[in-house]
Amino acid sequence: MKVDDIQNNWEEKLFSLLLDHKIDFLPYVPDAGHAKLIALAEKNKLLKPVVLTSEEEGVAFASGSWLGNKKSVLLMQSSGVGNCINMLSILSNCNFPFVTLITMRGEFGEFNSWQIPMGQATKKTLEAMGIIVHRATHPSDVCPLVDAALYGAFSSDQQIAILLSQRLIGKKKW
Amino acid sequence: MVDDNTLLERRNVVKKIIDHKGNAKIITGLGSPTYDVFDAGDSHSNFYLWGGMGGTAMIGLGLAMAIPDTPVIVITGDGEQLMGLGSLASIGVQKPNNLAIVVLDNGHFGETGMQKSHTSYGINLCRIAKASKFEFSFDIVSNSDLENLIEILPPVKGPIFANIKIKSQNPPRKLPILDGVELKNRFRKNLGIEPL
Repeated sequence: MKVDDIQNNWEEKLFSLLLDHKIDFLPYVPDAGHAKLIALAEKNKLLKPVVLTSEEEGVAFASGSWLGNKKSVLLMQSSGVGNCINMLSILSNCNFPFVTLITMRGEFGEFNSWQIPMGQATKKTLEAMGIIVHRATHPSDVCPLVDAALYGAFSSDQQIAILLSQRLIGKKKW
Repeated sequence: MVDDNTLLERRNVVKKIIDHKGNAKIITGLGSPTYDVFDAGDSHSNFYLWGGMGGTAMIGLGLAMAIPDTPVIVITGDGEQLMGLGSLASIGVQKPNNLAIVVLDNGHFGETGMQKSHTSYGINLCRIAKASKFEFSFDIVSNSDLENLIEILPPVKGPIFANIKIKSQNPPRKLPILDGVELKNRFRKNLGIEPL
């Protein structure tokens, strides 16, 4: 595959990967960087998007779905990580499998300085709550990292966040 | 304002709901609802929360959508549900017909010194649930109201929301195990799922 294809198609490949892993639910608080994935899920009957009012709802939802043996992947923006902190304690107390894909703001080429504090604290916050953090900077990083995360989480109860860097998803245009 | 003396007693209410749960799975919110459900009889089909305040209804939603042919009853307190108000809107979008949310509303934060909660100031959770498109939404203040709820348990045509006004009393604590991994594994095993 040509580099250009990977560059242009990583969202489609990511979506196929979620289907390959038989993910059932995509709880989400939207972000422009997740828009394509959410749109693909809305068209597809195998993977149900679940809109949330706040990100911590998704942590609880994912735990509940696993109690019933179904797999969720939480989509959110870096600002949402702060909203999740106490709810993440459920994951470590019960050792629930957990995968979240986080689109980054407040880093590469950020215009809105109000995004900076949470964006800069995202990794530290997740790690403080016991979540393993990986970061995808290049389109070719995304699928291998997510593939490994889904495998680790749903085969051995790990809690893993994949940060999709602002450089990867592109600067927000103002 | 409802006279506290005429209100229902939490342990009696919970015992009655548990007696009529049928094949429903039970998720309990932290604090007294966890103790009440445990006191009514421990079961591997109960999942007790000891933390994650505000998340109980969403755990119920995740479970209800995962096992759509099995009823799920969330039993929580007014303070816990108030922290997860947005989850009522998220449930209203999905409208799972196998989910019931039961709030034991004593109008207070019972675990922390009985400070008044929003429901003591007239905030009505039932009307929030109704506005969030719950199929049934009850304010329950008497035994006959409770009978109306019992009639539609376990939930099959929900989502159901019931706000039960109870006395602000703190019965003796009855504590289930704290081990979250054990609670998870026994719950999943009860559904026929083997541990990883």
